[in-house]
Amino acid sequence: MDRFLFLTVDGLARGAVFAAFALALVLIWRGTRIVNFAQGAMAAATTYLGYSVTAASDSYWLGLVAAVFGGLVLGAIVERGLMRFVDVRSPLNAVIVALGLVLVIHSILGIVYGSRYRAMQVPFSRESIEIGGTALLSPYDLFVFGTVLLVMVGLALVFTRTDIGLRMRAAAFAPDMSRLLGVNVGRMLTLSWALAAAVGALAAMLVVPTEFGAHPHSTDLVFVYAFTAAVVGGLDSPAGAVVGGLVVGLVLSYVSGYADGDLSAVAILVLLIGVLLLRPNGLFASTTARQV
Amino acid sequence: MPDALLSVRGLTAGYGAAPVLQEVDLEVAPGSIAAVVGANGAGKTTLLRALCGVVGATAGEVRMDGTDLRGVRTQDMVRHGIAHVPEGRGVITELTVEENLRLGHSWRRDKADGRKATAEVFELFEPLARRRKSAGHQLSGGERQMLAVGRALVARPRLLLLDEPSLGLAPKVTAQIMALLRRLRDDTGLTVLLVEQNVRSALSIADTGVVLSLGRVVAATDAATLAADEDLRHTYLGF
Repeated sequence: MDRFLFLTVDGLARGAVFAAFALALVLIWRGTRIVNFAQGAMAAATTYLGYSVTAASDSYWLGLVAAVFGGLVLGAIVERGLMRFVDVRSPLNAVIVALGLVLVIHSILGIVYGSRYRAMQVPFSRESIEIGGTALLSPYDLFVFGTVLLVMVGLALVFTRTDIGLRMRAAAFAPDMSRLLGVNVGRMLTLSWALAAAVGALAAMLVVPTEFGAHPHSTDLVFVYAFTAAVVGGLDSPAGAVVGGLVVGLVLSYVSGYADGDLSAVAILVLLIGVLLLRPNGLFASTTARQV
Repeated sequence: MPDALLSVRGLTAGYGAAPVLQEVDLEVAPGSIAAVVGANGAGKTTLLRALCGVVGATAGEVRMDGTDLRGVRTQDMVRHGIAHVPEGRGVITELTVEENLRLGHSWRRDKADGRKATAEVFELFEPLARRRKSAGHQLSGGERQMLAVGRALVARPRLLLLDEPSLGLAPKVTAQIMALLRRLRDDTGLTVLLVEQNVRSALSIADTGVVLSLGRVVAATDAATLAADEDLRHTYLGF
């Protein structure tokens, strides 16, 4: 029982990061019908930025802020400079362009930083605190939970309470009508990409230091897990992305805890295939088809 | 009409090589209702879309209160006082009634007046007030039309472009919408350019009428004359 509790809490902690990363994918999908396959590589780049700023300033927090800010800028650049020009009539075009971007980013990172892992610091202890004899969350886990929660609540407030959030949603749902209502749809798309990349950058900064550290490929698996989480949640649903992320975290934790760590990646693929077979639109696909 | 609010001259527009509209001239006086009628495919919808820059014009000019609208982007038309209720109403079904209305005035700096205009719309359309938290896809056809018109009105437009407001509505609801347009014209001086297949009800409230046929204006006169002209009706409107 203790072990189950531990694995559950551990799974949720890991899942929170996947949830944030999946949320970033959903943000872009809703606005553009593009799955941003470059999101992992973009987050790897911003993680290096965070690493470098922390190395230069000896401040974890400055590095974190730099990575998130770098994500904002990188997201805007990728949308303005690249994705805007992709002909979306064939969905494959955006995928190919994104994969090309992945190669470019990986190459640049390899040239600048080399391919060895750079250990990164964490601001809080990763030693689990014992509660009632059971080792549960570490202070760092709590920090991750809190940060992800803050980001989600913040995004939810922006999208439901502010005019700019309303315009972003409208631009995503009905771009042509939104233009007639005075919405600068192009600017809203740029903003969506910037926000998504910033959320992705933050998620990567939370997870990469707990693994081997910064590396051009440090976010590859995170992307696969987050992509699974987003698909499980239905790609269109922010709430689905969050639940999907937590589910993926739990599956990873249970499989590596009860079976074998080597099986965890396989388990995620099984989960992905299972969801696609049983509910191709995801668990949270909205049941109302778009009506004109 | 030298002081027309909207004046269109020689407008040629369409999709691709073949223009749908050919050298269309049109004037709408401030505080009047103009009805554009014509058979299916006459270019009525294209006309409204061209006025808003949704469809590119290859020739001609459009002036709003003297201002040349060439090169003005679609998203800025509302800032020139033009609100467009497109074919099919364009209610954003994922958003609630309130959010649709908020979107209608979110571009304005005067937030207080935006809220005031929203309150006025709720007064004008009782059913909307009762459903303010409902999502667009939960509304009936009539409620959607009210929402679409209300969302245009919160922008406090000088010119309202309406594309087939009667489409898919019960005759009673159509009559209500038409009566409302007349009331808005009388009470607030709103100018309306109305595109309709439902010729009778459109001409019954309009001051002037324009008949489009195959992308050209074949008649433009006051609405009563047009409604009484049997030859014209037989030839172009089919009744």
